[in-house]
Amino acid sequence: MDLNIIWFILITVLFTGFFILEGFDYGVGMLLFNRPLNERNQLIRSIGPHWDANEVWMITAGGASFAAFPHFYASMFSTFYIALFLMLLALIMRGVAFELRGKFNSSDWKTFWDGAIIFGSFVPALLWGVATANLLRGLPIDSEMHYLGGFFDLLSPYTILAGVFFVLLFAFHGITFLMMKISDERILLDLRRKSSFAGIATWVAYLLFIIASVFETDVMSKTVGVIIFAAALGVLSSGWQFARAGRQKSAFTCTTVTIAMTTVGLFVALFPRLMVSSLTPEWSLTIYNSASTPHTLTIMTVAAVIFVPIVLAYQFWTYKTFKERISPSNSDAH
Amino acid sequence: MDALFLSRLQFAITTVYHFLFVPVTLGLSIFVALLETWYINSGSYEERIKLKKLVKFFGTIFLINFAMGVVTGIVQEFHFGMNWSEYSRFMGDIFGAPLALEALTAFFIESTFIGVWIFGWDKLSEKMHCLCIWLVAFGSNLSAFWILVANSFMQHPVGYEIENGRAVMTNFFELLTNPYVLGEYFHSFFAGITTAGFLVITVCAWKIVTDEISREMFIRTLRRAVLYTLLGVFGVMGSGHLHAQYLAKANPMKLAAFEALWETENPAPFAIYADVNQEMRRNDSEILIPYMFTFMVHNSFEGEIKGINNLQKEYMETYGPGNYIPDVKGMFWSFRAMVGIGGLLLFVTFVMGMAVFFFEEKLKYCCFLKLMPLLLPLPFIANSVGWYIAEAGRQPWIVVGLQKTVEAVSSNLTSGEVWLTLIGFTAVYLFLAVLAVFTAVSFIRRTKISEEE
Repeated sequence: MDLNIIWFILITVLFTGFFILEGFDYGVGMLLFNRPLNERNQLIRSIGPHWDANEVWMITAGGASFAAFPHFYASMFSTFYIALFLMLLALIMRGVAFELRGKFNSSDWKTFWDGAIIFGSFVPALLWGVATANLLRGLPIDSEMHYLGGFFDLLSPYTILAGVFFVLLFAFHGITFLMMKISDERILLDLRRKSSFAGIATWVAYLLFIIASVFETDVMSKTVGVIIFAAALGVLSSGWQFARAGRQKSAFTCTTVTIAMTTVGLFVALFPRLMVSSLTPEWSLTIYNSASTPHTLTIMTVAAVIFVPIVLAYQFWTYKTFKERISPSNSDAH
Repeated sequence: MDALFLSRLQFAITTVYHFLFVPVTLGLSIFVALLETWYINSGSYEERIKLKKLVKFFGTIFLINFAMGVVTGIVQEFHFGMNWSEYSRFMGDIFGAPLALEALTAFFIESTFIGVWIFGWDKLSEKMHCLCIWLVAFGSNLSAFWILVANSFMQHPVGYEIENGRAVMTNFFELLTNPYVLGEYFHSFFAGITTAGFLVITVCAWKIVTDEISREMFIRTLRRAVLYTLLGVFGVMGSGHLHAQYLAKANPMKLAAFEALWETENPAPFAIYADVNQEMRRNDSEILIPYMFTFMVHNSFEGEIKGINNLQKEYMETYGPGNYIPDVKGMFWSFRAMVGIGGLLLFVTFVMGMAVFFFEEKLKYCCFLKLMPLLLPLPFIANSVGWYIAEAGRQPWIVVGLQKTVEAVSSNLTSGEVWLTLIGFTAVYLFLAVLAVFTAVSFIRRTKISEEE
């Protein structure tokens, strides 16, 4: 196994970590929608200590792409220019909202910032789905790795379907997370009711996404990919059943595994490409033509081998520290 | 206006905006950590109540600032790929590594332990809780190191070679030990201490005259903040001075430009005032102190300093025809603003120190302390013009000697797209700045620090 493949795996790991962790806090953010203030406080409190560290998974995935596959980073970020602009606006509003919402004891003030959190969670979830589908489906990329299209070329029924699928998957993941973290019976009842609908909707969207992928991409040319997606669909349906049965931990494990398998499945389908050129297959960005030199890859491998386990260890510790359910009374305190 | 110009403008706006918050994060994280250390080592029950409130008070100011710094930092990371993708292709092998290491070794620590710190008051032992804020301070300052390693390469490339039209890393260790890093790092670090220290001084001064209940604690904090700021100012001056001396070797064009020295001279004079004529490549008029510039650079009255026009000739021979002269006028006055503000901050801090250590009882009558917030923009202006000197001073290069800024911009962007994002980002920045300042100010006004629970 060469360094390029190791780095492809590491990037997959980072994106998997990002989608799992930030997935549920995007989900929780979207679930603030149409809820009374007291409930919103509890929801936000459940991700309060974690969302910032979760977001760093995305930053690290971006930074690692830059270090290991600079052409991929350069082409991807310039291709998705307007999409990323929208995502950045969403993330800026979201990040500031978590910090400022609690600073005034006014429900209008809090409602405004909660709106920012909803917007800031929904938009990135949607756009990551759109972006991923575009990488897979292929984009007009020329021999110099330059994108020849514009923002609206990124939107098609297929890519929007993928966006909707991501939104639903993260929302469902957020529900199963909250089922473990919330103690307020009223919210739990509502979550359980929502989970039954969200589970089905996610499952259907997933199925449609797979079917559309068969026509729109070459995902299904690899048997491993097919098996992973089929298995993920199975795990997702168990998650739905666990959620309905009130077995929160099993449900959350299932949505986590679903996201992990989906991310891995998407990267497996891409391999060894990173961005597909729709003009000529040879112009696609691969882990070889967009990579850094062996010297840089070696240094980054050493760093990743040392630091990723350390990061996982202390992040795990934070989840242990805050493992208790959120009590409805003091959820506003910080 | 083309995508290149607009991209530069957008990057400048984002960087300057981002760096309003970064120095406060660097310095205030340490200050809050020191306060908490004081708290956990304090004795009596009343004392502990007050100190805990004090830690949370400055902790809250820190958090508002921190959030602003974090969200604008993400924009920075994305910008390299979005607007400067040709730069990212050319430099990725070198530039990506410190950026990824920054995320991996610093951002994770910062973001994880700040979360624990905010929500962990009742969940952790006092020592563990205090350790969390120290880790945040460590992570913040480590992240500054990594990004300045990356920036230093752009100013002064080392440990690389050019392969197939790309810069590739040949020695990672050389990248880390680039002497340029030392100057940039310590100058930024102490600028952070100064900025945060002066912010604390301002808050304390204002609370001392306006808030009787909290007065005692803010007088005690002010003493510490004065010492902290003095450490910062002396550090920033010392590191700046050494860095300028180093520039004579590493980046003589930048040095000559911010002193508006057009011709090589020995000994070179220092210009207090210069009417820079960029077009004619001379100063139309100037007020000079003879020998002074040479003395500052060489610690002696004997020594040559290269002038802009001579360097331009040298660069034409090395790099081919072109204009290698940065914005001399802007740099000349930026440098004077930066140094002038440094001196002013030293003076104000010294006066505050005299007042709080020797005339403590009279402080509450000093109504003019209410005006202190008017001086608060000073360190922020100094930080911004400082970065202007650093970044404008390497133009027309994005990486000195290796890639020009014109060659670095993403080739697929239209000016319409960049207009959209430029306006969008700027509007959001302004909106949030207003809200953040409003939030912080009203928090500072209403929060009392006393032994009452």
